[in-house]
This record gives sequence, C-alpha cells and structure tokens, in this order.
Amino acid sequence: MELLAYAAFFLTIALTYAIICLGLNVQWGQTGLFNVGIAGFVGLGAYVSAALTTPDAAERIGGFDLPIALGWLAAMAAGGGLALAVGLLTLRMRSDYLAITTFGIAVALQLVFQNTESLTGGAFGMAFIPRPFSGLQGEAFAFNGLNLALTAAVVLACYLLLEHLLRSPWGRALRAVREDEVAAQALGKNPVLLRIQAFALGGAIMALAGAVQAHFIGFIAPGNYLPMMTFQVWAMLIVGGSGNNRGAILGAVLVWAIWALSGALISEVFPADQQARAASLQIVIIGVMLCVILLWRPQGILPEVRSVSRHLGRRNKDIKP
Amino acid sequence: MTGSSQPPILKARGITKSFGGFRAVNDISLDLAASEILGVIGPNGAGKSTLFNLLAGALPVDAGSIHLAGKDLTKARPEARILSGLGRTFQIPRPFPRMTVLENVMTAAQNQLGEGLFSALIAPRQVAAQERTNVVRARDILDFVSLSHLEDQPAAVLSGGQRKLLELARVLMAEPKLILLDEPAAGVNPALLDLIIDRIHAINKLGIAILLIEHNMEMIARLCPRVIVMAAGKSLAEGAPEEVTRRADVIDVYLEGMPA
Repeated sequence: MELLAYAAFFLTIALTYAIICLGLNVQWGQTGLFNVGIAGFVGLGAYVSAALTTPDAAERIGGFDLPIALGWLAAMAAGGGLALAVGLLTLRMRSDYLAITTFGIAVALQLVFQNTESLTGGAFGMAFIPRPFSGLQGEAFAFNGLNLALTAAVVLACYLLLEHLLRSPWGRALRAVREDEVAAQALGKNPVLLRIQAFALGGAIMALAGAVQAHFIGFIAPGNYLPMMTFQVWAMLIVGGSGNNRGAILGAVLVWAIWALSGALISEVFPADQQARAASLQIVIIGVMLCVILLWRPQGILPEVRSVSRHLGRRNKDIKP
Repeated sequence: MTGSSQPPILKARGITKSFGGFRAVNDISLDLAASEILGVIGPNGAGKSTLFNLLAGALPVDAGSIHLAGKDLTKARPEARILSGLGRTFQIPRPFPRMTVLENVMTAAQNQLGEGLFSALIAPRQVAAQERTNVVRARDILDFVSLSHLEDQPAAVLSGGQRKLLELARVLMAEPKLILLDEPAAGVNPALLDLIIDRIHAINKLGIAILLIEHNMEMIARLCPRVIVMAAGKSLAEGAPEEVTRRADVIDVYLEGMPA
C-alpha cells in the first residue's frame, strides 16, 4: 500500500512535468520557438496561484483564500499574459532573440521570487498552499490516488485540446510557418500572429502546470524554478518526441523516472557527506540519455505524426476519389 | 500597353527599388490583362526577381504603385496580397518539407475559418465542413498537376520538377487572379517541362493571368505572346518574343555579360 501511494505520488509529479512538456511542445514542437525560460513560466503560475489561494498571512501581501480552480485559471492568465508580452516584443525579430529574452526573464523572475519577501515569502517560499482533497491527507494512498486522477485529468484535457488544435487548420498553418516562413507568408499566413498565439498558449499551459504542482506539494520555494527545470523539460520533450503530444507525455514520465530513480540510487550508494556532490550525477545521467537519443533516434521515441486534418482523420480514405 | 482590350488585372506604375546606391528596379510599369501571359526576360541581375518580390510584397517599393483588379496593394503585406488574388511561386521551390503533399496544398486555402485559434476551438462543425470542401478541391488540383499519387508523401521526397508542380498546386489552391511564376522551368527535366508548360496554358485558360520570369526561350516562345526585356533594372524592350530577341540592343545586353 505504501509503495502504491509512493507510485501515485511519483506519477503525479511526473504528470505535472508532462503538462509543462505539452506546453513546450506547442512552442517548440509545433512552432519552432526556442523557449529557454520554461522555469520562469512554471514558477509564475505557481506563485500567482499560491498568492491567490493561500490563507491570509501576516508577513506578506496576498493570501486571498480563493478556490484552487480560480488559482489555476489565474495562473494560466498570468503565464499566457507574460508569454504574450514577450512574444509581442521579440517574435518580430530573429528567433535567437526569443531564446535570449526568455532566459533573461526566467532568471529575473526567479530572483523576484527569491527577493520580494513581502509577496513571495522570499527564500523560504510559500507554505500552506491548499491541496486538492486535503481532507484525505491522513490516508496517503487515497490522497495521492485522487490527486493523481485529478492531475491525469488535467493532462488529458491539455492533450485533447492540443491534439484538436494540432489537427485543425490552425495547427497546419503553424507547422507551415515552422517549415518555411517565407512560403507560408506568400500563401497568406501571418507568421507573427501565429507564433504569438502559439507562444502564449504554451506559456499559459506551463503556468497551469506550475500551479498544479504547487497545489499538489503544498509548498513552493524559489529554488524549484532554477534553469535546471528548463533543462529537464527540454530533455523530456526531446527524448519523448518533439512535435508529438503523446511523446511529450511519455518523455516527461520517462525522464522523471530516471531522475527520481537515479536520485534514490545515489542516496543509497554514496555516503552522506558525498551526496550533495553526487547529486550532480543525476544531471550527467539525463545528459547522457539526451546524447544517446539524439544519436540514435533524433526524432525522439514517438516521432511527429503526419496528418492532413483532424476533421478528415480516418475518413480520409472514403473521401479519396 | 495591354495586349487586349480588357481592363488590366494588374496595373503597376513606376516601380522602383534601390539597395544602397544600386538601383535594382528602375521605373518599371506594366499592365496585364486578365487572360494574358506576360513574359519577363533579361540577363542575370537585370532585376526580374526583385520586381517579383516587389509585386508580391516580399520587399517594399521605394516608389511606384501596384493595383490588382482596381485594388491598391502597394503597401499591403504579402499575406494580404494573396488574399486579394496575387499569388506567387519561388525560383527555388519552397515546399513545407515535413508536411504531406496534400497538407501543403490545403495550407494554401484562403479564408480558412479553422486558422483562427479561437474559431478552431468554438466552431468545429463549420471548420470540418470547410475542410471537407477544401480537401476535395486540393485533390482536384493535385490531380490537375499529376501529383495525386504522392499526396500522402512528405513534400521532402519530391523531385525538383515535382516541387515546381507542387508550388503551382499550392498557389492555385489560393484561387488567385494573377500568378507570378518565377522560372518554373529551371532545373526541370524535359518530360516534366512539357507537362508544366501544358499546365500553365490550362491555368491561363481558366482566366488566371500569369506573369512569367523565364530563361528558357523555348518556354517563353510557347507560352508568351508578349514579353518585356529587362536590363539593369529598366524595361528595355517590349513586344512579341521573336521580335524583341532580334533587336540589336536586346542582343547586346545579353552578350554584355559574356566574355569577349
């Protein structure tokens, strides 16, 4: 039972990464936007939702005790809004500027989380974030199981939404812009508008993931949102299969499993005084895994699928003359 | 200037473009009738492709005006020009390589409801209905350019000539009034060349005007009753291909670039 409870806990965390990964897949997999500030968007979602839903606290502003669902929605709005602003500023320029800007924003946001104590609790972070099904906290299995179901439902909702969009003419236009912007424009597609939309959608999904994660764990601290997180999510998407939403989910679970297992292994194998240093081996393992995938299967475990239109789908053959 | 008595579909006046101190296109004016195929010839560097980029909106003009079917497109963005009926192909084809051939063509449909992020979400039925109409049309067009058998293949597998045909199919899907064709014969094997010439004729028969840049004089002779010769950014001569190519000044500009 305890093992099952842990498995549910592990999977829930992995699935929150799957949500982030789905967000990155819209931006990179479908549109080719190089976001190296993922942690910033995730952190923003976590802090916004936490600020709105925590009970009133004397030492900081915020704490409105609002329902969790409202926190999630606000997180999405904040993430989407930030992505929209970044997109409006940079997506008219060459693509490398987006990478520089997103990296800068993520680092800046992380410093804001760490230093605006009156808003974010500073380095100590925010505690008492309401957890879904908190009435069951005593029973680890039921609590983790229900949270797993809830997180899986969020993943499923994001997946279905993105699949719908991916196979719509919007998704097709997005891929056309990714493949050849000049040709897409000559055929009447507005590359800047499409990119901004995709970037904002991805940003909103990442922030939602941050909120879901924060509410599941119940506690957030600025150290959660370091560039390491961005690296992990990129590894997940590349391993799983960039451009494929199922690949994004699979990659998240797989890389998180390797991350968690190697972490557990390191704490077993190394003596206590060496563990902090040995923890870097986790990063090495993910890095090696990334290299192996890029060498042997650069398209990822589940490569991008070609489809004409979701609306034709299986009926494709019937329509053929 | 027009070869027929119809009002011109394309009316370009005084088109001028400089890059730094170099005047790539210098005061070019053209009229093109709705049923016409007009050739643009001239030696390399004469400014033909720049002229196309100016007409298609890939580059802004320094001076001059462009009207299509009476509508002023001088300052319109490229994506707005195709919606108004001004389509183009590229000298070096630009397929969407990882998308299927059919997907490539369907992308080019204009006024797609499902291309809006929100309408794609809230109006699935209307989007689906439009997709069904568009796929039928896309398949007809692929049939027309003899690429039907490749519709499920990624465009990356197409040969050079097939890519030219795909460019043609895509621009047709946008239902243009005028197509700018940039060297459709370049790098195409003779068998496909006949097919391309034949298809261009057929497109023109549908009432679509064509402005054609081409070095292949056989193609020019077979397609264009009238040509414009460009040299050093200017219009040097205009008339039937067999006439202008006999003119001494035209022969001179072609020979200029050659070693003596």
